[in-house]
Amino acid sequence: MRAYLTAGASALALIGMAIAAEPVPGEEAGGLPQLDPSTYASQIFWLLLTFGALYFVMSRIFLPRLGGVIEERRNRIADDYDQAADFKRQAEEAEAGYEKALADARARAASIAAETKASIDAEIAEMEEESETRLEGEIAAAEARIAETAEKARDAVAEAARETTQAIVEALIDETPSQETVNEALSNVRSEARARAA
Amino acid sequence: MNPAFDLTSWLFSLARGVAAGPMEQFEIVPIVPLSFGDGLDLSFTNASLWMLISLGTALLFFTWATRRSELVPGGAQGSAEVIYEFIAKMVRDTIGEDGRRFFPYIFTLFVFVFLANLLGLLPSTPGTPAALHTFTPTSHIIVTFTLAVLSVGIVVLYGLFKHGFAFLRLFVPSGVPVWLLPLITPIEIISFLSRPVSLSVRLFANMLAGHVVIKVFAGFVAVLIVSGGVLSAISILPLIGIVGVFILEFLVAFLQAFVFAILSCIYLQDALHPAH
Repeated sequence: MRAYLTAGASALALIGMAIAAEPVPGEEAGGLPQLDPSTYASQIFWLLLTFGALYFVMSRIFLPRLGGVIEERRNRIADDYDQAADFKRQAEEAEAGYEKALADARARAASIAAETKASIDAEIAEMEEESETRLEGEIAAAEARIAETAEKARDAVAEAARETTQAIVEALIDETPSQETVNEALSNVRSEARARAA
Repeated sequence: MNPAFDLTSWLFSLARGVAAGPMEQFEIVPIVPLSFGDGLDLSFTNASLWMLISLGTALLFFTWATRRSELVPGGAQGSAEVIYEFIAKMVRDTIGEDGRRFFPYIFTLFVFVFLANLLGLLPSTPGTPAALHTFTPTSHIIVTFTLAVLSVGIVVLYGLFKHGFAFLRLFVPSGVPVWLLPLITPIEIISFLSRPVSLSVRLFANMLAGHVVIKVFAGFVAVLIVSGGVLSAISILPLIGIVGVFILEFLVAFLQAFVFAILSCIYLQDALHPAH
């Protein structure tokens, strides 16, 4: 503790002396070191030397280098922007082409569908017509056959009636009537029956 | 060698260190004396040394930053480009596009003043000779005055070169009634002549004051810490003060370099457009 105190006191004394005699260092030069003109020549000389050297190196080497790389970067970015715009334009063109191709394909598909439908319709109509004529022919043939059969049946009935009449008359009067008489009688009966029916 | 003795001697050496007056740090100490006849003394001094250190730091930094010029910059190149763009924008905004020719000068000015301010904040190694102590070249009025005269000299020379006699219109503001000119013109001339003075004193005084304040606070710390008891405890306060002022000094180092550069820009604008 005593040692500290001694040291402290000594230090205090030293500081006190220093502060009291504040301009001690520059005193022989007269106050502030800054105001000692004997140092001016040297300071100006070395300042101009170092400043000049720095200016020379900066303007010749470092500033062109820094400016160059900044300029280059700026150009590169501008180029990249241009290129990006170019790519965008190309993409838009490609998209337009794609849209157009799509629309064309759609239109072609629609026209093909319409054509196919028309040809199928025509075919169907043709087939329908064909089958109709065939059916009509068949119907006509069948009707003719029916009429023929009916005629034959009528003839057969008339024959049968004549023969039956001939046989009945033969049995009744034992006389064979002539063909004409029977026919006449039968046609009379038929017309009578018709008249009665009417 | 008991610990108490060590501590005492350490305290003594500390006391001797801080006992130096707050002005001692600005003393010019010759390292290599160079004297020419007629009392012309161009000695290589500690001031010269720290100017060289500023120059060397700038060269090292920019060599390293531009060793590979990459399109996607790394840390050093990125920060060098930030300084470049910063100064370029400042020159463009204050002087205009035709200020491009002054860009290398303003850039050099900013870098040199900033590094001189900043490197002067490095702590000195205790116990080394005074010639090796950290020194701030910009804390000397003659240095800042030389730089200011350089800036204003460029303004005058370039203005006369570019506009000839018309450069003197700088002192005759347009739009002022003729009867006021005898009053205005001397004011303009005085304000023009005071430019190098205000420019240099601003930088010099800022650097001087910052270093003096740190030194004085350091003296307080030393005085209080050796006083013992409560006073030793209180010594933390000026210590905090030192830390605060030290941090502030980094800001000042940048700010004063910036102010010096931008004011030089504004004065150079006069050289290009004297009729204002």
